[in-house]
Amino acid sequence: MTTTQTLAAANRSDAPGSKQSRGVRRDGIRRGLVPFGYLSPTVILLLVLMVIPIVMVLSYSVMDNVIMKKNPQFVGFKHYIDILASESFWGAASNTVFFTVVSVVAHLVLGLAFAMMLNSTLLGNRTKAIFRTIYVLPWLFTIAIIAVLWRLLLEPNGVVNYLLMSSGMAGSQIEWLSSPETALFAVTFINIWSGYPFYMTSLLAGLQGIPTELYEAAEVDGANGWQRFMRITLPQLKPIIISMALLDVIWTTQQFALIWMTTGGGPLGTTEMLSTFTYKLAFSKYQFGTASAAAAIVLVISMVLAFFYVRAQKARD
Amino acid sequence: MRKKYLAGVAAMAAAALALSGCSGGSAPSANATGSGSAAAEAVTLEFAQWWEPELPANALRSLMDQFESENPGIKVKLISGPYASTKEQVVAGAAAGTMSDVVGLDGAWVNDFVKQGSLSNLTDLMKTANFDESQLAAQVQLDGSTWMIPVANFVYPMFVNEDLMKKAGVSATPKNRTEFTAAAAALAKTGNNTAGWVLPLDTGTPNGIQNDVMSWVWASGGSMLKDGKPNLVGNADVKSAMEFIKGMYDAGSIAKGSFTMKEQDKVNEFTNGRVGMMIDSLAHVNLIREQNKDLKFSVAAIPSADGYSGKGALPYASWGIGVANNSKHQAEAFKLVSFLLGKDVNAKICSAAHAFPGNNQAVPDFVNSDPIFKQAFDIYQKSNAINEFTGLPVAEQLMRDFDEQFQKYLAGKQSADDTLAAAQKAWETSFAG
Repeated sequence: MTTTQTLAAANRSDAPGSKQSRGVRRDGIRRGLVPFGYLSPTVILLLVLMVIPIVMVLSYSVMDNVIMKKNPQFVGFKHYIDILASESFWGAASNTVFFTVVSVVAHLVLGLAFAMMLNSTLLGNRTKAIFRTIYVLPWLFTIAIIAVLWRLLLEPNGVVNYLLMSSGMAGSQIEWLSSPETALFAVTFINIWSGYPFYMTSLLAGLQGIPTELYEAAEVDGANGWQRFMRITLPQLKPIIISMALLDVIWTTQQFALIWMTTGGGPLGTTEMLSTFTYKLAFSKYQFGTASAAAAIVLVISMVLAFFYVRAQKARD
Repeated sequence: MRKKYLAGVAAMAAAALALSGCSGGSAPSANATGSGSAAAEAVTLEFAQWWEPELPANALRSLMDQFESENPGIKVKLISGPYASTKEQVVAGAAAGTMSDVVGLDGAWVNDFVKQGSLSNLTDLMKTANFDESQLAAQVQLDGSTWMIPVANFVYPMFVNEDLMKKAGVSATPKNRTEFTAAAAALAKTGNNTAGWVLPLDTGTPNGIQNDVMSWVWASGGSMLKDGKPNLVGNADVKSAMEFIKGMYDAGSIAKGSFTMKEQDKVNEFTNGRVGMMIDSLAHVNLIREQNKDLKFSVAAIPSADGYSGKGALPYASWGIGVANNSKHQAEAFKLVSFLLGKDVNAKICSAAHAFPGNNQAVPDFVNSDPIFKQAFDIYQKSNAINEFTGLPVAEQLMRDFDEQFQKYLAGKQSADDTLAAAQKAWETSFAG
């Protein structure tokens, strides 16, 4: 009797609309929401810091000088057409390509060379520690300090000219950052100096992860140093090199502070980059619509590079 | 259970994040502490400016404390930063309608903010407050109304390194361009990479065009404008100043590195005794003294064109002040403006900043106690203080446009006439935009 009653009660509670079934459903919904709860901080952050600003910039880029006008009008792709037809934009784009390509290649070569030196068995641990400290120094400075430091070193009365002139390598003061002939090379050099330690430390970690057995086997097979480098070291480091090079291309394309604080885009526009070009449009000409269009073009370029980066990462995984 | 708890915490954090994001974006800068009747009791004014870091420690805050004690119920929150970041902050605030109640202004920004509708009409506020306009040394007006009032003025006379002049055999301070050219050439011949004059033309901060190039035009009674519009093509005054500078540039009398040199570098070159003459703000007198105690220097009027007998001119820059249109406390904001422009308070600010006062009755104490400032004050009283860029649209961009063309001219890539034509074209586009 007791058993029958209990079963009946259980049947009643399972019936649709019953208290227990509502509880089960609520539990199901709650369980379904759990993943969203975990994701929500990231989603909100992405929305606030990425999606909303990007959407705003894209919407600004199709409006007639938004921000400065209370009732901006929709102008379609006018700003994009103006930008792409502007000589200054292509000048800045060409400078950016030179600055980026030379910087990334030099970062890679220097970073790899120093990393291999620090990974070498020919040097003692103490010597390596000293060199590691020296080589990593540029990475410890902020861009503002790097800019001030190099402005002082490269100014006409600076240390570099003093050394060159006193050693007889230069007959007169060289205007490294002020001459249209040398300014782009000078800022590229500063960027190379400030950026190679990132490669060096990452590649050093990569080198330390290569199994020594591979080198031993190659040695047994009679491979010389160059062959070991080409056949073992480089292939083993390839995924790291590709990822870092792509990241470096993205970062260097967007370099603003260093250029602004050393040359401001001058002299005669020889160091004008897409970043300084966009900044001047926004904060000097107050053409926020056109500046947004320029920023959107840079965004598209960065997204293409980011696509390749993600693909490289997936291939690595 | 633990999973659910964690998810709940994450969701709450997200909600807090979203709320803080929202509140950050929409928070009005005109902060009333409390609301309704409570707001009437305690109003907090935000005052954004770049002055506090440039004044001696606590100088501006102690004046604000004085204002608060004289005006119970009004508190002042200082939003301070360097000049460049204050400008960006004010531009962004003007765009978003979240400008601080009272803002420090540069005359070069005024036109754009007025167009944007970000500033309050000070003519109306002065009338409402029965403020006596006659005590003001200057007002920046557009369309017949005042939008900015200069609180402190920094004039730009010529600084002369007396020891270097003596070494170069120059006995008298140059009074005209021929004398200046000769003195600069003599200074450049003294060796040790010494230069006669220094010309900062960095395009990132192109104020060298205003202070170091156009100042020569204004000092000889010339103008770059006609009826408030660009007047560069066929302008003999501007052309002759350009040719005068190019002559010295080609002769090697100007310090090297001009094309990316900033104002700070100019002052460093002079302070280190590597340059004989420079045009610079009086605000840097103390800095120069602190950094090189042995440097003997004086100030003089900017030399005029040969044969010019009219009144000379000194360029100037101002710490201006305005009230944000979005401020909910217009009357209180103007109380702060009128406080800073009062005779005694204005004299205190200008004494601390080593500037000339915005109130024409105020006399800063340094004028009588310091020989260099006394010299400068005498020159100031005999000259017109001119800055034609004040009140122009996108004034900094106008300087940059001219700078880019002027650099091409100095580099020998184009003639003076082509330079003026190209700069005029760029200026007209900016004026039209």
